[in-house]
Amino acid sequence: MPSADLGGRQATAAPASPYAIELKGISKAFGSVQANKDINIAIPRGTIHGIIGENGAGKSTLMSILYGFYRADSGQILVNGAPVTIPDSQSAIRAGIGMVFQHFKLVQNFTVLENVILGAEDGPMLNSSLAKARKILGDLSREYELDVDPDALIEDLSVGHQQRVEILKALYRQAEILILDEPTGVLTPDEADHLFRILRGLRDQGKTIVLITHKLREIMETTDNVSVMRRGTMVATVKTAETSPESLAELMVGRKVLLEVVKNPAKVGDIILSVKDLAVNDEHGVTRLKGVSFDIRAGEILGIAGVAGNGQSELLEALGGIAAASGVVVLNGAELPLTGPRANGKARRDAGIAHVPEDRQSLGLIMDFTAWENVGFGYHDDPRYQKNAWLMDNDALRADTAAKMATYDVRPPIPALPAKSFSGGNQQKIVVAREMDRNPDLLLIGQPTRGVDIGAIEFIHKQIIALRDSGKAVLLVSVELDEIMSLSDRVLVMFDGQIMGERLPAQTNERELGMMMAGMGAK
Amino acid sequence: MTKLPTWADVGLVPLISLTLAALVSAGVLLAIGQSPMQALTVMVNGALGSSYAWGYTLYYATSFIFTGLAVTVAFHAGLFNIGGEGQAQLGGLGVALVCLALPWPHWTIALVAAMFGAALFGAAWAAIPAYLQAKRGSHIVITTIMFNYIAAALLIYLLVNVLRPDGQMDPASANFPSGAHLPQFQEIPILQGLFQRFGADGLPRLNAEGLPMYQQVPANVTFFIAILACVLVWVMLWHTRLGYAIRAFGKSEKAAVYAGISPLRIIMIAMLISGALAGLMAINNVMGQAERLVQNSASGAGFIGIAVALMGRNHPLGIFLAAVLFGFLFQGGAALGLETDIPIELRTVVQGLVILFTGALDQMVRMLLGMFFAKKGAT
Repeated sequence: MPSADLGGRQATAAPASPYAIELKGISKAFGSVQANKDINIAIPRGTIHGIIGENGAGKSTLMSILYGFYRADSGQILVNGAPVTIPDSQSAIRAGIGMVFQHFKLVQNFTVLENVILGAEDGPMLNSSLAKARKILGDLSREYELDVDPDALIEDLSVGHQQRVEILKALYRQAEILILDEPTGVLTPDEADHLFRILRGLRDQGKTIVLITHKLREIMETTDNVSVMRRGTMVATVKTAETSPESLAELMVGRKVLLEVVKNPAKVGDIILSVKDLAVNDEHGVTRLKGVSFDIRAGEILGIAGVAGNGQSELLEALGGIAAASGVVVLNGAELPLTGPRANGKARRDAGIAHVPEDRQSLGLIMDFTAWENVGFGYHDDPRYQKNAWLMDNDALRADTAAKMATYDVRPPIPALPAKSFSGGNQQKIVVAREMDRNPDLLLIGQPTRGVDIGAIEFIHKQIIALRDSGKAVLLVSVELDEIMSLSDRVLVMFDGQIMGERLPAQTNERELGMMMAGMGAK
Repeated sequence: MTKLPTWADVGLVPLISLTLAALVSAGVLLAIGQSPMQALTVMVNGALGSSYAWGYTLYYATSFIFTGLAVTVAFHAGLFNIGGEGQAQLGGLGVALVCLALPWPHWTIALVAAMFGAALFGAAWAAIPAYLQAKRGSHIVITTIMFNYIAAALLIYLLVNVLRPDGQMDPASANFPSGAHLPQFQEIPILQGLFQRFGADGLPRLNAEGLPMYQQVPANVTFFIAILACVLVWVMLWHTRLGYAIRAFGKSEKAAVYAGISPLRIIMIAMLISGALAGLMAINNVMGQAERLVQNSASGAGFIGIAVALMGRNHPLGIFLAAVLFGFLFQGGAALGLETDIPIELRTVVQGLVILFTGALDQMVRMLLGMFFAKKGAT
């Protein structure tokens, strides 16, 4: 039974328009970049509306305009049929718009209750606000499966629960329209399913949900309608039931894309890398990687599945020579030093390990350096880039960069452009080009397609498979289960710094892997 | 923010900043009842109006080039070396010890040896803060500032108790032997003609032996070494593996570790080079001009190097130009004090304004220009 409170508010709003939000002719430019061009969209009340598009298509700009972070250069916003101006987020909240950001905005050492009332207190004394909030929170939790302990500290909650607090914050502020920006990036499949159940429940109570995501599967499963953005324009709005992932992908990219990864069965050879009891402590002395052991053979892709922050990053950093570790790592029969001055990135490269790091912007690239300087990054001692004992041969490096840019389809193919001027996908291609072109025996690759547009994902996946087919070993870490399932020959699931078990992609499913990612399920 | 065209970024921005500094300086002069035009004329004449004036301007500029390069090399490694002053004083100690050690047969040999001493002592003084930063995480800004004070105290102790010859009153070392005398501009054959003295009758003045007489200027062969240092620093930073590693480390320590660049190694090497460059300044002032080691020999050039590096956008060519500008301000300011009743403190005010506008406020100019260019690009 819906509570009287919510039903009553619904009635008093008595909107004449069937649309919760209408945007008419919204345009926004940053300098010479047109981020939004004449956007028109009408979102019917009581629906879940998906907005998809590649990185830089203008989704975030549009939502920032709706939430009052930016002001549109031109155009009109209508909420429930009435024109509104939204100069700041307070106005957005007053208009009934709530936003759940990709990166939560919660005070870590406050309780759930304190976070919920923060900024929405009734007066200087907190007790009455807290009591009122406790009651409302209880009602909301029961109604929408939004169970969280109101007295728990945020820092003690899982990511999925923290997200629920964000949703509760919006509902407590009486949001009728809820915008979620890439909400599942940090969730396990199970948590994501739970989130979607909550969202459907909210919709059935008459709320309007706007879901921004780049995951086609979520769009197909959850939304009623979907709008596609490409290069600042709204290219289409369709009923989800009447479309397919393939046609959505085509609308996003502007050409046909291959969503399925095509690969031949693995031709597995000798053991390339053998890892035994590998453990890593972080700078605070906390053990992040708790003794993992596995082998990778030539010609296979070993996928590491897991929710971000369960030791995968430390695994890559230990193998890549960035973090000191304990245990035994043997590459091509030779043991690698895991501590001391010989345990560094350069020594690992010399040994035949290439590393595409998870975070290309802070690890893999120097954003202020040009593309050609970045192509030499980590390989600046390579004899090919030296003129003589003293001087580097920058011309050779530039020529090599131009060649790599052609092979790996980096756009624009201008070696002198700084890395920060390239799109996320093209930045990733620069890193991939640099690391894969060495023909390494072992490729470490973390989140190969995070923030990368669909066209480039296809290309990078093909490169990874080509390396594997040429008889090299690949260690793939990704939080995208789809990616792990389609690329890997074997899958290890990590949870809390340990390996929960090994599965073959053909003999498992997302549900089982999801359980293991959440720390359940036997070996 | 819109990216400016390169010409505007490196040319227009400093020019506008300087104009603003000049305008505010003019306002200060007006406020104390002086004529800005007269002051400008005196400064330009006094610093640039004659070969004699240039002989002083370039002398100061030489010192500032070394200290500016010192700041720049550290800066490219992401380190803010405020210790140029102390490193230059220690460089002076190295020069003095070398010059006083032997009756040098020829200045060229003395110069090479003294350069070695200056660089070694300057580098050693930078090595301790560098090690503390790399190993212990002690912030290099704090430690290098403290090391300036320690250097000053150490130098006073050594000058008073060790280096001062018996019977001498002032805290200074003995005069260097004549074999360690560096040729000043009026002693360099090609430049000599510029500094010839003429009598009121327009005829060359001759000394007792009938030889032409020359004006004495402090600028000396060190100026050419400074230019060479600019070129070498440029080659090092942009054309060697070491320079690549220094710049990469300076942009992102995390990424540098990923690439296998050792933070300890880069911090140490960059600071050793930086300290050596600051130390080399002593060749100019201690060996080339004073020819003995005095108290407070660096006389603030180490700090001016920070402004020079900021204004020169951490590029050797920019540093050369900025050093000449500060040489002009120094010498022009001295001329103001000599030839007008404008107080000498005004020199410090003008320098301060130049530093304020070119260093601290140049982002403001850049932002305004960026908005201007964005508007131009949009229409």
